[in-house]
Amino acid sequence: MSEINEGQLYRPQERELNVIGKPRRRVDARAKVTGKTEFADDLSLPNMLHCRLLRSPWPHARILSIDTSEAEALPGVALVMTGELMPVSYGILPVSQDEHPLALEIVRHVGDPVAAVVAQTEEQAQAACEAIKVDYEVLTTVKDAEHALKVLEPKIHDYAQEGNIHKKVALQFGDVDGAIEGAAHVFEDVFFYEGNTHLPIEQHASLADLDKDGNLVLQSSTQTPHYVHRALSKALQLEPHKVRVIATPNGGGFGGKSDPFNHELVVCKAALMLGRPVKICLSREEVFYCHRGRHPVLMRFRTGVDEEGQVVGMDLETLLDGGAFGSYGVASTFYTGALQTVTYQIPRYRFRGARAFTNKPACGPKRGHGTVQPRFGQEIQLDKIAVALGKSPVDLRQNMLVEPNSLTANYLTVGTIGLGECIEKVVEGSRFRERWGNLPEGQGLGLACSSYLCGAGLPIYWNKMPHSGVQLRLDRMGAVTAFCGATEIGQGSDDVLAGIVAEILGIGPDDIHVRTGQTDITPIDLGSYSSRVTLMMGNAAIEAAERARAMISVAVAEKLDLPEDRLVFAGRRVFDREDPEQGLSFREAVVAAEAKHGTLGATGSYRPPRSPARFKGGGVGPSPAYSYSAAVVEVEVCPDTGWLHVPKIWIGHDIGRSLNPTLVRGQVEGSVYMGLGEAIMEESAFRRLPPKRSHASVHKFPSLLEYKSPTSLDMPEIVTYLIEEPDPKGPFGAKEVGQGPLLPIMPAVANAIYDAVGVRIDETPITPDKVLRALDAKRKGKEGRVGPKGFPAIGWPEPFQVPPPWEGGDGRATNVPERKKSATEVFRK
Amino acid sequence: MNQKILATFQVNGEEREVAFAPHETLLEVLRERMNLVGTKHGCELGECGACAVLVDGQPVLSCLLLGLEVGDSVVETIEGVARGGELHPLQEAFADLGGSQCGYCTPGMVMTAKALLDETPTPSRAEIEEALSGNLCRCTGYLQIFESVERAAEALACEGGSA
Repeated sequence: MSEINEGQLYRPQERELNVIGKPRRRVDARAKVTGKTEFADDLSLPNMLHCRLLRSPWPHARILSIDTSEAEALPGVALVMTGELMPVSYGILPVSQDEHPLALEIVRHVGDPVAAVVAQTEEQAQAACEAIKVDYEVLTTVKDAEHALKVLEPKIHDYAQEGNIHKKVALQFGDVDGAIEGAAHVFEDVFFYEGNTHLPIEQHASLADLDKDGNLVLQSSTQTPHYVHRALSKALQLEPHKVRVIATPNGGGFGGKSDPFNHELVVCKAALMLGRPVKICLSREEVFYCHRGRHPVLMRFRTGVDEEGQVVGMDLETLLDGGAFGSYGVASTFYTGALQTVTYQIPRYRFRGARAFTNKPACGPKRGHGTVQPRFGQEIQLDKIAVALGKSPVDLRQNMLVEPNSLTANYLTVGTIGLGECIEKVVEGSRFRERWGNLPEGQGLGLACSSYLCGAGLPIYWNKMPHSGVQLRLDRMGAVTAFCGATEIGQGSDDVLAGIVAEILGIGPDDIHVRTGQTDITPIDLGSYSSRVTLMMGNAAIEAAERARAMISVAVAEKLDLPEDRLVFAGRRVFDREDPEQGLSFREAVVAAEAKHGTLGATGSYRPPRSPARFKGGGVGPSPAYSYSAAVVEVEVCPDTGWLHVPKIWIGHDIGRSLNPTLVRGQVEGSVYMGLGEAIMEESAFRRLPPKRSHASVHKFPSLLEYKSPTSLDMPEIVTYLIEEPDPKGPFGAKEVGQGPLLPIMPAVANAIYDAVGVRIDETPITPDKVLRALDAKRKGKEGRVGPKGFPAIGWPEPFQVPPPWEGGDGRATNVPERKKSATEVFRK
Repeated sequence: MNQKILATFQVNGEEREVAFAPHETLLEVLRERMNLVGTKHGCELGECGACAVLVDGQPVLSCLLLGLEVGDSVVETIEGVARGGELHPLQEAFADLGGSQCGYCTPGMVMTAKALLDETPTPSRAEIEEALSGNLCRCTGYLQIFESVERAAEALACEGGSA
């Protein structure tokens, strides 16, 4: 249970809702449709300078010398910077502080910044970058994760656990080998999920300045201003309270603006040195090299099932290609093994994962962070099991759903679960039972399901403070201002904040001024990641608004001589439930409250419940609630060309409660769109230049034209079903919607292709050439499959042995000495 | 090359005199010389559609057009779409129906849709999809955008005027 909010969560059934659940225009819509939303690159300040970065053309090299003399002499140049100006490392996770704003000695991927120039114009800064001479000694390049297993030296990072393997993790919940040996059937499948990137249409931009009091101010397109604040303070050795970070509205994030970035640190250092505003806006190609996108993951599932196809044990191995830096990678690695257990009952489970360092842009969190890749494998394998055993893919899943209010083998606490209803809706809508297996050759249907977090149960750095805080200010003019550190990245978090406060105070969302994502004036919220904002900020907002309402209630009750419990807040009035004419306008009510209490303000905060997991690594996966999704995808496949067409998708999402259905639908459809892109076209593929040219691993498609993403012409019809069973942990019962509905799309596409033409594509993206290759192989009597051939032998460490709850476990590993707070170890230094 | 030229533009119904270098794109002239930053950029290579503005009523990618090429043409940007303090029906519809999420592609979408409705007041869904196929959106999945354009077309038809 929540330590702070226990007993205070708003009970939606208490009264009729006026704002929550009604489709409405989001509070920031007017600014967006008039072009007035100020994104970071729209900002400019008097006396502003421009910054450009010189980036490494080599994937792995030692910097022997840098000659900046010619660059410094060029017109307009104010400052040329190199790595030694900023020697302190930083990184998003305390366990991987492995980045420097400008490379110190080693460059680790093509695009790694080596030097920076600040000049009067961008053109001058660019010209000066090109005049900097750098001598490199080229080092061996590690090209992908399997290569990293073989190349022990040179190490990309000295702190890697073993050679170029950043991290290996191994967890075991019960006697998995025994369960699989005793199973009626054992299925072993290998899958590969290609990396891909966020591709927000807004390129990252940052503007740093010293305010009139000499404090550093950074305005930046970031999803995580608090973490950027921490990184700036550390890497630039500044007193934290002298730093202000303002998250500008993000022109799309999807996880790609969640790390502190080198360009943010560089413009801050430049502003500190020059005392002038310094701005940078990355080119589209640079955005591709910033990356932090989806990890390429190779995975093997060994799953034992009984005669009915029900899982008795699952053994999962994953190998992640992490790129050149840690980023969120340790968490990403654990996430590849975390959420298999929250959809279907898996009584015994083992997960072993490894993340490699490679000489490519760092991977990190993208929508569905680390859980997307294994979900692809798990849901395709279930389809194969259903086909092999002659079962319906619907019944197979429905018969082994996780029970509500239960604990999984790996100690995740499942509360409400609307997955069964999600499946029923999409199956009914698509007439899956009649049509699956019975459509003409070339047409097919595929089913897949998924689950996602409603916020990570632990913060990035260990602390006992709230994950989200909301502050309200009310005054005699009837004005209400809501402050929160949450970041608007397009998902509608400002609207969630305004909607919840408005509901409780009985006013309209547009009556509230929203101030978010500014570290000097807003209470801390950890950021827009892990689908945490609606649940965490929402609960903090409920607490703050209820406290404000209580102050107003006392004053109004006194003034009207009524008991407080008869007061209703609605329609911008506070009135008597039994005699609605008897009441005050909201503004009069605030005046009465200000007269009684003095200056009005209220705060609220939220911290997630403590997880029962007590083992090392158990900190990744717990969440206050889990959302669920199911999708049926219909495909048409041309047997001669392999060409794919997706005419229609049915998606069911267990949202708990829809706070603003217009925005919820947008998140569902946006997730389906992005999932479809990942399924059939998007890939962050790299290729090696020939040895005589540098042998560099360069991005194959660092442009919006060549990195294929779906356009308006590629969109299928989407039928969305929202399953609303309010979850007691969510604000008004709400769960997340920004990430979950993406997850089932890719495996559902793969399963539909099997239904259409009988071939298995066990890797992404599922492109026509792969379908054609599989069809050709099938026609020649070979296995109709395209996918990875095998999984490499990895020297796994002995797993932590954690007996599942039903085998007498208490959440602790039995084969390690007991350690205090071991569940959070992963996040600590 | 960097010798600036002085030109007069017809932007959003106003004459604007502006000095810029001959290699500057219309996008740069609008954003950096006139401070009309409502027009966005996502690639500066003509790939994303975020910088779409209307030149003589036609949607163009302002990142691919030199400021010099615009000459006496009439330029419309997102800043000129609202009717004083009132939103244009396209803006109303995008705001009401979730046609705008992060809002970054929105100015380009609205301008492209406006050109469509000016030309084709009651477009079919296929015509809308085709018209917007050069404008990338990563947030919405496009469907609420299509619906916004359809709603605006209906509203404009009721007004009896053009977009």
